[in-house]
Amino acid sequence: MLWFRRLVLVLIARPIARIFTGADIVGRERLPLKGPAILVANHASHVDTILMLTLYPSRGLDRVRPAAAADYFLRGGLISWFSNTIIGIVPVARDKAGTGVDVLAPVREALKAGDIVLIFPEGTRGDGEAMSDLKSGVARLAADVPEAPVIPIWLQGAGRVLPKGGFVPVPMNCTVLVGEPLHWQGDRAAFMTELRDRLEDLHAKAPPQRWA
Amino acid sequence: MDTITAFFAGQSLALLWGLGGVLAFLTLAVAVTALLPMIKPAGDFTNLRQRISSWWVMIALLAGALLMGWQAVTALFVVISFIALREFLSLAPVRREDRLIVLAAFVAMLINYLFIVIDDYGLYRVFIPTYVFLIIPFLMACIGQTRAFLATTATFHWAIVTCVYNLGYIAFLMRTPASEALPAGAAGLVFFLLVATEANDVAQYVWGKLFGRRKIVPKVSPNKTWEGFLGGWLTTGLLIWFVGPVFTPLSGIGLAVLAIFLPVAGFAGDVTMSAIKRDIGVKDTSALIPGHGGLLDRADSLTFTAPLYFHILAYFALGRF
Repeated sequence: MLWFRRLVLVLIARPIARIFTGADIVGRERLPLKGPAILVANHASHVDTILMLTLYPSRGLDRVRPAAAADYFLRGGLISWFSNTIIGIVPVARDKAGTGVDVLAPVREALKAGDIVLIFPEGTRGDGEAMSDLKSGVARLAADVPEAPVIPIWLQGAGRVLPKGGFVPVPMNCTVLVGEPLHWQGDRAAFMTELRDRLEDLHAKAPPQRWA
Repeated sequence: MDTITAFFAGQSLALLWGLGGVLAFLTLAVAVTALLPMIKPAGDFTNLRQRISSWWVMIALLAGALLMGWQAVTALFVVISFIALREFLSLAPVRREDRLIVLAAFVAMLINYLFIVIDDYGLYRVFIPTYVFLIIPFLMACIGQTRAFLATTATFHWAIVTCVYNLGYIAFLMRTPASEALPAGAAGLVFFLLVATEANDVAQYVWGKLFGRRKIVPKVSPNKTWEGFLGGWLTTGLLIWFVGPVFTPLSGIGLAVLAIFLPVAGFAGDVTMSAIKRDIGVKDTSALIPGHGGLLDRADSLTFTAPLYFHILAYFALGRF
């Protein structure tokens, strides 16, 4: 069904995303076309995922899989079908975190199989302004798959197109800023600090597409 | 083949020559950029090349629409206004509570263009300046956030009038009936507005590059000079005076008024939008057009020249408006 996913994303979702957001991207050439790779972005809206998938160079698109909450995106029916077939999610059972279950196992497997996994380490959608605390699961993944580069990405403005709890999407320009990749160096705290700094750097460079 | 021949045979000869002239000019520009690295091997001409490549696309879209008629021009300007408005409202200070007001601005845009489709100039003229002007603040009041209320209403008005109402005049020009004495049809009117405005931008830039010394508005646009402004004014003024009669029904005083004021309006639009961008803290309004920046960066002078051009034509020559 990969051909179907590509068809929908490139021919339908891409034009719609461009109309709604302008979809400007800075540093597109830094997006990896081959896995394993970890894309790490801030999160304010479902538009974030759509934006990443529609902006991704077609040559790497088949490999891009967003890690997403299983309790939300696989609750059955149309949403499960859409999450699996079109978005191509890697399910994360976040409700089982802390119970001894290795919730990151599917993500690790995807990476080892050569996928490019998109991760929102805030764990949930924020208000589109400040980034909340980053969960350290991304550091565990980087440690387990050290050959995967970690690419920090700042998504500016998507929270305005469709905020958490919103139903009507409003056209507003968004900008995607792709940073330089970082690699696992062996220290979890240092890795998380570095990642956060990189994301904040990109945030500082983003155009003022934010609420006054 | 016959349909293609018939399509072009139905067009005004002046318009076809005009479009040919623009293409010849652009080809010349390509030839110059191909030669530049030989004269100045160390220079980087990537931006110039991008700019010219983008011009091909912009001219193809506009020329195609002009040849196809008012429906295509209106559709194209709906898209242009939509993108300009989206760029403006995404960068200007708009509050979280105004999210649905942004949507209302897009609805106002569609209604504005609907009046062009049904060819109702009376409604077009009053809808945005009077009724959208009143309704937007009322809707904002209903939402209830009073912090920065007045400033935000101004932001919305500025965005809607420049990006929608003023640019819409260009599409309305296409509704000029064939019964008027038009030397190159309604499309000729629009074509000449676009040529004069963009020629003014280019002429100001070239005069400024060649002879610019004295800064004209240093706090807003440090690269703009008196030499660029005056040189552009003279060049565009002469262009309008000598070429204007080929495409417009203007002559004598009407033509002189256009020649004098259109270059000033183009300059004013450029500088005023620059002041807004400086206030917001951005250089470009988006990255839509490679080498140029956003759509609003390209259309800034047009938001000032379009209504002026329309009104000068309406006052001196067109019975319809």
